Amino acid sequence: MIEFQNIGKSYGKDVVALIEINVRIDKGEFVFVVGPSGAGKSTFIKLLLHEERATEGKIFMNNEEITHVSSRKIPLLRRSIGVIFQDFRLLPNKTVYENVAFAMEIVEAKKREIRRQVPMVLGLVGLSDKAKKYPRELSGGEMQRVSIARSIVNNPSLVIADEPTGNLDPDTAWEIMRVLQHINQRGTTVIMATHAKDIVDVMKKRVIAIEKGRIIRDDRKGVYGYED
Amino acid sequence: MKIKTLGYMIKQGMIGLWRNRGMSVASISSVTSALLILGIIITLVLNMNNIALLGQSQFDNIQVYLEDELTENEIEEVGTEIEKVSGVSHIEFESREDALQTMKENWGDQGYLLDTLENNPLPNSYIVYFEDIQMSLGAVEIIEEISGVDEVKYYQEIIDNLVSIADFIQLIGFFLILILGFIAIFIISNTIKLTLNARRQEINIMKYVGATNWFIRWPFILEGVFLGLIGSLIALVVVYFGYDYAYNFIYSRFYTLFAEYILSVDVMIDEIRWIFVTLGIGVGVLGSLMSIRKHLRV
Repeated sequence: MIEFQNIGKSYGKDVVALIEINVRIDKGEFVFVVGPSGAGKSTFIKLLLHEERATEGKIFMNNEEITHVSSRKIPLLRRSIGVIFQDFRLLPNKTVYENVAFAMEIVEAKKREIRRQVPMVLGLVGLSDKAKKYPRELSGGEMQRVSIARSIVNNPSLVIADEPTGNLDPDTAWEIMRVLQHINQRGTTVIMATHAKDIVDVMKKRVIAIEKGRIIRDDRKGVYGYED
Repeated sequence: MKIKTLGYMIKQGMIGLWRNRGMSVASISSVTSALLILGIIITLVLNMNNIALLGQSQFDNIQVYLEDELTENEIEEVGTEIEKVSGVSHIEFESREDALQTMKENWGDQGYLLDTLENNPLPNSYIVYFEDIQMSLGAVEIIEEISGVDEVKYYQEIIDNLVSIADFIQLIGFFLILILGFIAIFIISNTIKLTLNARRQEINIMKYVGATNWFIRWPFILEGVFLGLIGSLIALVVVYFGYDYAYNFIYSRFYTLFAEYILSVDVMIDEIRWIFVTLGIGVGVLGSLMSIRKHLRV
């Protein structure tokens, strides 16, 4: 569903973030993106989110080239992608339900659809009983589950998780991984950037390792491979 | 755009307005004060032009005051002299008694005040009508030279002065409004910036979820529109009552003929209301666009 062909990205003249990235991720895959800080992981994620534009190469999404898509069309592209962040990014003055519904409101979904969809995804992440709570009343794991619910509420075909377990203790991290795996099993492609060695090693999913701006490894059933 | 979305935008705009009420008040005052200055300038210029216009239309006749010591014969002679001047179509004699009577009528209710005068201070005069208004100015110069003529009263000088003063006010006003307008835009853009900062997190999420750029921008533009609109409406109300007060003041202090040249408050508001609302909203939109351009990367 996503293909990078010879992608290069540099900032200005001197800072090269990515070089000759060739990668193809198919529908329904679960992919870890690993690598040391500053290796180009976040640039890779930013290119997926269309937050940055590649300076070389071509990007395809569902067999359509989107390398130079107009900035007007980027919001529409983003609607097919759900995003999960390390810091959750929930709105503190909205309840769990409202935080999730918000993602549907701003793409102008119908009220009826919102009323059907929000409880459904809250059930999926196991937060049906917390719908009326505010983020400050939740644990870290619960907050991340709200953010997962929000990322999938518009039925994206791809979910991108940027260090989703970075702020959580190991037990809670596994709880989040189970939710992500569940979402993946429903057919959604998941791309997850992470530093969590134990998770990557246990899950035995595809691992793309980026170092110094290049993909140095792309294993079908990989391991983390760094001792950090 | 869906109705529900419009409702959402308006609500967000209002929330922004209320969240930074201190700055909102500052923005609204800046719009109001700029428009008040504009209002004062417009009322002055419109009235001066109106007086000039009415004055000009009356310039097909002039009044020639005669010296007091003239005998009836001499008055006749001056009359014949005037009739000989080229461009003059006919003349009318107005005796000092007639003049006083006319004045009494003009003063209306206060006319009785003139009854207490011991001597009639008004001179005898001829009212001179011209065939062609264009020729009147040359004729005035000749008539002024006729012996027995004391003074020629006509409006051209006053009109010329009025027009040049009006032009001057217009010029000064233009620069003043320009400066005040920029100040208002600047203050509004800072107010919007506060809302932008308060909603930074929300905007960030909206961006990732795929809200369109205009969906994100509209609430801020509407906030600017509200600021400008409220500012212009307040200015309109102030101008209405201020002008009404000034109008009544002039009407009661000066005799009615003069007041008749002044535009009524309804005519005035009719002239300025769309100017005010358009400028207010325009300044508001410019202010928020400036802020959005600078601080909102969508």
